[in-house]
Amino acid sequence: MRYSIFSLARQALNYHKGWEKAWRSPELKPSYDAVIIGAGGHGLATAYYMAKEHGMTNIAVVEKGWLGGGNTGRNTTIIRSNYLQDASIAIYDLAHKLYADLSQEFNYNIMFSPRGLLMLCQTEHELRGFQRTAHANRIAGLECEMIDRQRVKELVPIINDRDDARYPILGAYYQASGGTARHDGVAWGYARGADQMGVDIIQNCEVTGLLRDGDQIVGVETTRGTINTKKVAVVTAGHTSHIMQMAGVSMPIESVCLQAMVSEPIKPVIDVVVMANTVHGYVSQSDKGELVIGGGADAYNNYAQRGSFASLEHTATALVETFPIISRLKMMRQWGGIVDMTGDRSPIISMTDVKGLYVNGGWGTGGFKSIPGSGFVFADTIANDRPHPIAEPFGLKRFVRGEFIDESVASGVAH
Amino acid sequence: MTGKPYRLPDDSGAGRLLDRSKPLSFTFDGKKMTGYAGDTLASAVMANGRRVMGRSFKYHRPRGLITMGSEEPNALVGVGTGSRREPNLRATQVELFDGMTSVSQNRWPSLDFDVGIINNHMSRLFPSGFYYKTFMWPKTFWHKVYEPVIRNAAGLGVAPDGVDPDSYEQVHVHCDVLVVGGGVAGLAAAQAAAANGKRVMICDETPRLGGIADISNELIDGKSQLDWVREQAASLTAADNVHVMTRATVIGHYHHNYLMIFERLTDHNPALAAAGAPRHRLWKVRAGKVILASGASERTMTFANNDRPGVMLSSAARTLVERYGVAPGLMGLIFANNDDAYITALSLKRSGVGIARIVDVRENPQSEIITAAQDAGIETMFGHAVAGVETSAGGKQIDAVKIAPYVKGRGRVVNEITVPADFIAVSGGWNPVAHLWCHNGGKLQWDDTLACFKPKSHDDDIAIVGSANGTMDLAGCLKEGYAAGEKAGGKARLKKPRVVVRKQAPVEPMWFSPATGKYNEGNKHFIDLQNDVTAADLELAQREGYESVEHTKRYTTLGMATDQGKNSNVPGMGIIAEATGKAVPEVGTTTFRPPYTPFSFGAIAGTQRGKLFHVIRRTAVYDWHTSQTSVMEPVGDWRRPYCYPQGGESQQDAINREILNVRNNVGILDASTLGKIEIKGPDAGEFLNRMYTNMFAGLKTGKCRYGLMMNEMGFLMDDGVTAKLADDHYLMHTTSGGADRIAAWLEEWLQTEWYDLKVYVTPVTEQWSQFAIAGPNARKVLEKLGSDIDLSHEALPFMAMATGDIAGFPVRLFRISFSGELSFEVATPANYGQDLWDKILEAGKEFGIAPYGTEALHVLRAEKGFIVVGDETDGTVTPHDVGMSWAVSKKKPDYIGKRSLEQAFLTEPGRKQLVGLATTDPNEVLPDGAPAVESGKLTGHVTSSYWSPTLKRSIAMALVKNGSERMGEKISFPLADKVIEAEIVDPVFYDKEGARQNV
Ligand SMILES: Cc1cc2nc3c(=O)[nH]c(=O)nc-3n(C[C@H](O)[C@H](O)[C@H](O)COP(=O)(O)OP(=O)(O)OC[C@H]3O[C@@H](n4cnc5c(N)ncnc54)[C@H](O)[C@@H]3O)c2cc1C
Repeated sequence: MRYSIFSLARQALNYHKGWEKAWRSPELKPSYDAVIIGAGGHGLATAYYMAKEHGMTNIAVVEKGWLGGGNTGRNTTIIRSNYLQDASIAIYDLAHKLYADLSQEFNYNIMFSPRGLLMLCQTEHELRGFQRTAHANRIAGLECEMIDRQRVKELVPIINDRDDARYPILGAYYQASGGTARHDGVAWGYARGADQMGVDIIQNCEVTGLLRDGDQIVGVETTRGTINTKKVAVVTAGHTSHIMQMAGVSMPIESVCLQAMVSEPIKPVIDVVVMANTVHGYVSQSDKGELVIGGGADAYNNYAQRGSFASLEHTATALVETFPIISRLKMMRQWGGIVDMTGDRSPIISMTDVKGLYVNGGWGTGGFKSIPGSGFVFADTIANDRPHPIAEPFGLKRFVRGEFIDESVASGVAH
Repeated sequence: MTGKPYRLPDDSGAGRLLDRSKPLSFTFDGKKMTGYAGDTLASAVMANGRRVMGRSFKYHRPRGLITMGSEEPNALVGVGTGSRREPNLRATQVELFDGMTSVSQNRWPSLDFDVGIINNHMSRLFPSGFYYKTFMWPKTFWHKVYEPVIRNAAGLGVAPDGVDPDSYEQVHVHCDVLVVGGGVAGLAAAQAAAANGKRVMICDETPRLGGIADISNELIDGKSQLDWVREQAASLTAADNVHVMTRATVIGHYHHNYLMIFERLTDHNPALAAAGAPRHRLWKVRAGKVILASGASERTMTFANNDRPGVMLSSAARTLVERYGVAPGLMGLIFANNDDAYITALSLKRSGVGIARIVDVRENPQSEIITAAQDAGIETMFGHAVAGVETSAGGKQIDAVKIAPYVKGRGRVVNEITVPADFIAVSGGWNPVAHLWCHNGGKLQWDDTLACFKPKSHDDDIAIVGSANGTMDLAGCLKEGYAAGEKAGGKARLKKPRVVVRKQAPVEPMWFSPATGKYNEGNKHFIDLQNDVTAADLELAQREGYESVEHTKRYTTLGMATDQGKNSNVPGMGIIAEATGKAVPEVGTTTFRPPYTPFSFGAIAGTQRGKLFHVIRRTAVYDWHTSQTSVMEPVGDWRRPYCYPQGGESQQDAINREILNVRNNVGILDASTLGKIEIKGPDAGEFLNRMYTNMFAGLKTGKCRYGLMMNEMGFLMDDGVTAKLADDHYLMHTTSGGADRIAAWLEEWLQTEWYDLKVYVTPVTEQWSQFAIAGPNARKVLEKLGSDIDLSHEALPFMAMATGDIAGFPVRLFRISFSGELSFEVATPANYGQDLWDKILEAGKEFGIAPYGTEALHVLRAEKGFIVVGDETDGTVTPHDVGMSWAVSKKKPDYIGKRSLEQAFLTEPGRKQLVGLATTDPNEVLPDGAPAVESGKLTGHVTSSYWSPTLKRSIAMALVKNGSERMGEKISFPLADKVIEAEIVDPVFYDKEGARQNV
C-alpha cells in the first residue's frame, strides 16, 4: 500500500481504518534458503538487499524481541562519513549516499536530515588530528571543511565560546551533509520493504543454538522450533560473541553498555549535531524538541542494558560545560544499549571458517550511520559467498593479519 | 476564560495549607495575580479564575491541570526570566512565592488564542505516525521545508538564556536504611528501623511528610491520619539517627543499592538562592537496605474529549479543595469505578462545592462510604459512565456531561442523558508507584483484582510496602511498613497503632468509555494527554502491525511525554487489551527506567562546572610561568607554557630564540608534567620486561633506559625513560598526556593477568618537580649551584642517574636528553620546586639561561628526529615503522604486543615508515597532517612540521609508504590551494652522531 499525502487524505475519510499492516506476522517455516539472526537495522537491511539485489526472498529474519528494539532503536542517530581510513570512508560513504534516497526508495519517511555535523576542536592535538582527517577526506572526495570559532558560534549559538573556557573552541571539523535520521523509521522502513518482497520477519523468536554438520552450517535452533538452512548470518550487535560461540567461533569482541539520554522538549535551540570529543559528549535536538545527548561507554563489560550513573554524570557534566543553558533543563529519559566493541573500533563484516556462517557486528558505538551500506555489502557477501570488495577489509582475517582499521585518531567518541 | 470565584471562603474549612494572612503577588502570562502563602502555582492560577494552563503538544488543545503533583502532563509552565528561566515545570508542584513570573507554553500568540489549534481541526489528517507516510516529496523538502516547520511547532517551553547563575552540589552518603516516601507506610517503616538504632534516611518528593494522609478519611488510634503523620514526622525529625528530607525525589536506583536523591533547596524561595544556597543538591546514597513506600497514583478513565479543562483526577480535585481552598469548578460530576472517589465527593460537599452526581460504572457497589455519600445527599448513578462532554468557548469551558449506561465491551452509546456541570473528577483506580522497583531489574506482575501492575520479585536488598506494593488499605499499609522497618532494623518492636478496618467495594477495571458515534470516528479519547495520543491512535498502530507495546509506544509516542507514561501506560495497555481481545499481561508488561521524574542537568553536573570542570593541574612553577607569559597550552589536564615572548616579540620569534639559546647556551624547561610512576617489588624488572618492548632486567642501578610500550595489537602507545633506583625499584617516565592512562594500564595488567607478580605501582607525577637543564652550558650551571654529586661526564655519563643534593635541595638527577644537547633533568620534591627553579635561574644567569616552552621542546626534538607518541604515532604504528627496531628485543620470551608484531601485515614490506622531509623550497613549512599523494592515492601524511631556526629551513616528519627505502625521492603534498614538494630524508636533521649530548 503506497503512502502519500493523498492516501492519508483518502484514509482520513474512513477514519484510517483501511491501512494495511506495515509487515506481516508470518509463521516460522521449517526451512529457508538463509536465516538472518537479529532484526536490528543491520539484519533488516541485509534481508532487504538480499531480496532486492539478489532475488533471495525465501529467507527469514529471526528476532528475540521486537524488531528494531536493540541498539537500532536506542541510538542517537548520528550520521556522518568523514572517517580517516580509506576502508571506513568507503563503507560509510556508501551508507550515507544510500540514506539520502531511502525514504523515496521505501516509500516510508525515515526523516533523513542532513542538518550538518560539527566535531569540535578543543585542543591543539585534536585540531591537528582533524586537519589530517580533513586532508584525507578531501583527497577521497568528501565535502568537509575545517571551520573557525566564529563560524562555530554562528552554527551553534548556545555554545560556550569563552576564551577562558577550560577547553576553548579552536574550531571544528564540519560535514554539512552529516546529520540524523529517525531510528525507528529506518528499522521499520527496511522491515516493511523486506516483508513486501516476501522476507519472513519472525519476532519473539530467540536463537538458542546453531547447528553444524562438520564445517558446514545446517540449521538454527530457536525458541519457536528448529530451522533448516545452509546460510546463517549473525547480526546481533552486543550479543554477537555468545551467538557465534554457539557455532564454536570465538569473536574478538567485548560487550559494554553505552548510554544516552534526552532532555524534556524545548523550543529549537540547536539545529546541527555537535560532537565534543575532548570532553566526551555530543548533542543534537530531535524534531520533538528533546536534546539528545550521548557520551562515552561504560568501562566494564556488561550485558544488562543498564549503565552506570558515573558515565551519565561524565557526559552531562561535559555538556553543561560546553552548552551552559543545559544546566537548567531537565533530563527526562536515559537508557543503555549493549554495544559490541572490537580492538580497533572498526566493524566486522565477514565470512567465517564455518561454511555458510556469516557475521556482521562490532559496530560498537557507531553503527547506525552505516546501516544501508553494511546491509548492502553484507547481502552481496552472503549471496555470492565471497566478500564484497568494500566488506573485505572488515573481514575477520584482519585480526590474524594485524591489518587493523584504527579510527581512534579520527574520533575520541566513535559515533 | 472569565474569572470565576474558585477560591473557597475561609470558613468553608478548605485550604489547610494556606496562610490567608500572607497574600503573594505573581504574574501568569504577564497578568498580575494574587495567591496565598501555601499555594501552588496551579492552585493560585485557578483561584484567579483561570483553568486553562497549557496547550497540548500536537493539536494545541487547551488544557487544565489533571493531577496533584509531579506527574502532571498538562499544566506545564515556565518560571523565571532570562538566565534563570526554567521551562516545563509542573504548575501543580511549583510552590508559589511573592514576585514569581510564570508563563504558559507551546502557544502562539497567546494561551487563549493559539493558531496552533489549526492542527486540531486538521487532526484527521494527522493520525499517529502520519509523518512516516508523507513529507517525502520532493526529496530535499523534508530537511529544507517540512522538518523546519515541524521543529518550530514542536518543543514545549523556551530554554533559558546564557549561563546558569545558580549553584549546584552533590553529597555522598551511606545509610543503613533508606525509606523512599513519607506517607503512612514510609513513616511506619522509618520508625521501626529507627527504633532499632539504624541510621535511617527518609525522603519525600513533596514539601512535607505525610503523603495523602491529609486527604484520607480513616483514623489511626482514633486520631485523624493527619494528626498521626504529624506526630510521626515530628518524632523522626527529632531523632538523632534519622535524616528527614523533603522536596527530595529519589530519581534512580542503580546497582548495589546506589540511589540518587534530587533535592530542591531554593526553588520555592529565591531569597535562599540569593543568599548563596545551592539550588539543587544531588545525594548519592549507598544504602544497606531500601524500603520503597512510594505510594500509588490515581489513573483516569478515558471518554470522549476527556482532555477538556475541568476534567481532572478525583485526587487532584480533592487536593485543590482540602489543601488549597480552590474549587475545581462550580458544579462537578464525579466519575468513579472505586470507592476512593466518594471521599472526594464528601470532601467537596463539605466545603460547599456543588456536586451534580456521582456516576459509577459498577452495577451495585456497597460499602460504608457509598452509603455515607448518599446520606450526605449526593446523588449516585450506578452502572453508568461518562460518555463525553459538551463544551463552549473553543473547548475551554465544559457546560454539560453526557452520561450513558455502561455495558462492558459495547463501543457505541445507545441512549444518553446530559447533566449540566463544569468539571469532572475522575477516579479509575490506583497504580502502585513501582518505578524505582524496576530501575535495577525488579519485576512486576499484573494483578487482576486491582487491575494494575504490582511488584513481584527483586534480587537486591530492597522491600516495597504500602500502596506502592498494591496494598490499598490503611491497615495493610501500616502493617507492611512496620514489618519492613523491623526486618531492616533488628529485634526491637514498637507498639503498633490501632486501625478500624473498613470494607471497600472492589474496583471494577474500566479503561474506556463508549461514546455517541464510534470512538474511532471523530471522537477523541485521549490516553497520553501531553502527546495527544488517542485510543484511535493505539488501535491504528495495532491495525498497521505495530503490535508489540514497544512498537505501539514508539509509533504513537504513547508514554514518551514528560510524565514518561505515568498517566498513560496502564490505561493505554488496557485499551490495547480491550481492542485486541487480549488480557493486559498478554499485551505486554511495563517497566521503568531512571529518572523517576525529570531532574536538572545542573544537579548532575554539581560543582563540576566553570573553574571546577576538569580542574587544571598546576606544576609547582605554574604561578611563575603565568607571571612570565600568557601563552599557556592545555596538555592533558595541565596547562604548560607554550613559549615566553619577551618585549614585543612574536610567538615565532620567541620560539626561535628559545631554541637557539638551548643550542648555544642553556635553557630550562619545566618538565614536571612528565608522567612519573614508581615501580617497586622483587618482580619489578620482570614486569618492566613484559610492559616494554626492550630489555629492562639487565639494567644496572643508577642507569636509565629509553623504553617503548605497545598495546596488545603491536602498536606504540607510550614511550619514556625508566631509571633504576635500586634492585627492586624503578622510576618510569611516561608522556605527559599518558601518565594516568599508563598507570591504569600497568594496574590492569597486574590486577587482571599477572596477579602473581610481586610489584607495586605508584604514580608520583605530582610529588616531584622536574626541570630539564639543556644546552652546552648545562653542567656549568649545576656546578655553580653546588652538588654532592660528581657531575663529570665520567662519573655521570649520558643515561646515568644519581641521587644527592643540589644547592641544598634533595634531588634525583638524570642525564637524559630530549633536545640532543648536554642535558640534565633534575627532580626535587614538589614543595621545593619553585625555590629550586629560582636558584637555577639565578645561577644560570651568567651562562645565558632562559626558560623554554613546549613548542621549542617540540622543535628541538624534531630536529633530532625523536618521535612524540601521538604525533608520529596514531594507534597504527609499530616500533619498526618509526625506525626503532633497535628497541624491540629479540631475546625476551614475551612482552605485550610481541605476538602481534609478528603478524603478516605488520611485517610486510611497503608499510608506512617514518621519514624526514625537506621541502624543495626551504622556506615552505608543510602543514600538519598534509597528505602525500602518489598516482591519486594517499600514501602518507605529515606527522610533525616546523621551522627550524637551527637549520634555518623547514623540517618535517612524515609516515610514507615504504619511506625508509626511498631516501632522496621527491613526493608531493597537494593542499587545497597548492602543491608542496619535498624530498624524503633521514628524520634526524641535526647532530646525527649524537655527539652533543654525550659530553
Ligand atoms: C546509546 C547508543 C547511542 C548510539 N549512537 C549512535 C549514533 O549516534 N550513530 C551511530 O551511527 N551509531 C550509534 N550507536 C550504535 C548503533 O546503535 C549500533 O551500531 C547499531 O544500531 C547496531 O545495529 P545492529 O542491527 O547491528 O544491532 P541491534 O539493533 O542491536 O540489533 C541486534 C538484534 O539482535 C537481536 N538478538 C540478539 N540476540 C538474539 C538471539 N539470540 N536470537 C535472536 N535475536 C537476537 C536483538 O534483540 C536485536 O534486535 C549507538 C548505540 C547506542 C547503544
